[in-house]
Order: sequence, then structure tokens, then C-alpha cells
Amino acid sequence: MKKYSKETWVGIFVLVGLACVAYMTVKLGNVQLFTDNYYTLKAKFTDVSGLKVNAPVQMFGVQMGFVEDIEINQEQDVAEVTLKIDKGVVLTDDAIVSVKTSGLIGDKFVKITPGGVGDQLKPGSTIFDTEPAIDLEDLISKYVFGKV
Amino acid sequence: MSRQGEATLSPLAALGRVSLGVVNEMGAMLIFLFHAFRLIFSSLGQFAKTVRQIYFIGVKSVIVIALIGLFTGMVMGMQLYFALSMFGADGFLGSGVALSMVRELAPVLTAIMVTGRAGSAMTAEIGVMRISEQIDALETMDINPMGYLVSPKLAASIVSMPLLTAFFNLIAIFGGWLTGVLLLGANAGVYWNRVQSSLDWDDVSGGFVKSLVFAVLVCTVCCFEGYFTHTRKGGVGPEGVSQSTTRAVVTSCVLILISDYVLTSLLW
Repeated sequence: MKKYSKETWVGIFVLVGLACVAYMTVKLGNVQLFTDNYYTLKAKFTDVSGLKVNAPVQMFGVQMGFVEDIEINQEQDVAEVTLKIDKGVVLTDDAIVSVKTSGLIGDKFVKITPGGVGDQLKPGSTIFDTEPAIDLEDLISKYVFGKV
Repeated sequence: MSRQGEATLSPLAALGRVSLGVVNEMGAMLIFLFHAFRLIFSSLGQFAKTVRQIYFIGVKSVIVIALIGLFTGMVMGMQLYFALSMFGADGFLGSGVALSMVRELAPVLTAIMVTGRAGSAMTAEIGVMRISEQIDALETMDINPMGYLVSPKLAASIVSMPLLTAFFNLIAIFGGWLTGVLLLGANAGVYWNRVQSSLDWDDVSGGFVKSLVFAVLVCTVCCFEGYFTHTRKGGVGPEGVSQSTTRAVVTSCVLILISDYVLTSLLW
């Protein structure tokens, strides 16, 4: 076997190490290097409790985007969520956006139920039809106190 | 003050002496670090030395880091699987392994392994050079011993430690997959998906910040102890070097764990 010099080993070490760092950054760290594949939509909710930035956006259970930003809009007393949607996905303005939970105690995600007959949504526009996050405690207390 | 007063105060004086000594040493180390930092870019001849040090600190540590990482990941996968499957939440195995590795275990364990492998060797090497008056000889030849001995080690540590931490992370996550998925039967797709979705850029970058801090810390403490081994009161000559080496390793490990706590509370 050919004996490599120290310099070569250091070169290999640094190269492989940098590859690991890059893999961790891009793949595991979810750093979006190329965000041009997405367009922006906004949605206003009365309650987004538990939803986090970078949470997935799903349609029919397939991920097609992520939550970019969550802000308070005090003028209208709502939470304004900025969504990044895959460019290939066309949505119409009668789509319904809802905050859902995966599993009983799982993470929150945004679910989009597409409409059918509306006009196509342009990048930057707002979806009006929204459903807030379901508060499990609220539901349980309603059940317990017999208001269902 | 009367004689009696001094005698009563003597435990206090002892405490004061110890505290002053600690503060003194910390200050000396900081100045030492500053000088070493300043001299990293001082001459072009350093580059070959730095490469040799990266070979010693980085390349030669890869196998031991891989082994430690593999087994840490494996034991983590096993324990978390047992704990989580009690609640039927074994889907979170990936999150648990990935977060604990990337945030805490990988930087800390890598730093402790590098202390044991390379840090002790740094102290011994510089210490022996000090007691055999080679450092004085360097000064006589108008070569700055800090720039010649310490700076390349510091640069090499700063380069090597994050890379070793990245190896550790990936191998440990793989180890968690080995036990959790292959051995105990958690779902492989869920595991990898959780690993990916639970880690954010904050976690990854925080881990690397930690490893950089630890690199500077380990290298400074170990080189400092070796460089000033002749000023130790306890022992002289080879005995002094052995004591310095012990002290360097113990101090580094303690400081790594303390600063890990501080960094964790600052970063997240």
C-alpha cells in the first residue's frame, strides 16, 4: 500500500470534516440556501398556539412548504403567519388553511385544503379562510362540563 | 493589628491567598491566549507546523472519536428507546438522539477526548522543552517560543475540533440508528425524519460555537501548564512535568464542563 504523507492525511481530514459540517448545516440544520423555489403566502389566524417557525405546510398530507414567520398583527387582533409554498403548487383563493396537530401530543403543522373554483393566488397575497389551532384542554373541559 | 488578631484571621488569609492565586492564574492564561492568538499569523513558516499539528490533534484522533461517538450513540439509542417506548413515543427517538448529541454530548465528549489524547501530550512536550531549557534556547536564537510552539497548536485545535465534533455527531446519530432501529425495531423512516426535522440551524451552529470555545480552552490550559511548568512550587524537573500534565488534564475537563453549562444557558 502506498504510504501517504502527513499533508495528504490532513487534506483528507479537512475535506471529509468540511463535508460533514456542510451536511449537518444543510441537511440537518435545515438551512434554506435556495429559497427561490418557494413563493410567499400569508394567512391570519385567531390562534396559532404551538405552531413554530419552520413547521411543515402540508396538503393531502404531503409537505409542500414551511412556516417562515409568525407575527402579531395588533390592528386586526390576529396572528399573521407567513408561509413559503413550493412553486409547483398552485393554490386558489378559496383554499382553507388550518393549524393541525400530528398525533395527540405531536408537533403543530399547517394544513392547506385546496379549493376548486377560486382565482389563483399570487405570491404575497393572503388566504382569508383559516381555522385556528384546536385547544385540547378546551375540548376536554367542554366535554367534562357537558357543553358538547 | 495584634498578634492574636492575625492568628484569628489566618483562615481568612488562607482563603484570600487561594482566591488571589486562582484569579492570578486566570489572568495569566488570558494574556497567554492573547499572545498566542496574536502570533498565529505572524510568519509564513507557521503553516507547515500548523499542518503537522492538525495531523497530530485532528487526524490521529479520528479513530478514537469515531469509536466513542459510535458507542455513545448506541447507548443513547438503547436507553431512549426503553424510556420512550413506555409511553409509546418511540417515534421521538431520532429527536432525542440528535438533539442531545448535537447540542451537548458531541462537543463535550470530543473536547474531553482531545484533552486526553492531544492536550496531555502538548503539556508534556512543552514542559519537557521548558525543563531541558530548550525554550530558553529558542529565546536566545531570537525565536519567539510562543509563536513557535503555542500558536500552531492553537490554530490546529481551532481547525480540528469542529471537524472532529462533526464526525462525532454523524457517527453518533448512526449509532443511535444501529441500536434503536436495527436492534430494537423502531421505525427507520420515522427515526431519520425526526433527526432531520428536530434539528435547527441554531442547534447545529450552537454545537460548533461550543466546540470552538472548547478548542481554545483546552489548548490554552494545556500549553499554559507546560509552558510555565518551571514555576510550579510542588515539584521540579520531570516530577513537575508530570504534575503539570495531570493538572492540565483535570483543569481542562473541569473548565469544559463548567463552560458547557454557561454556553448552554447563553446559547439557547
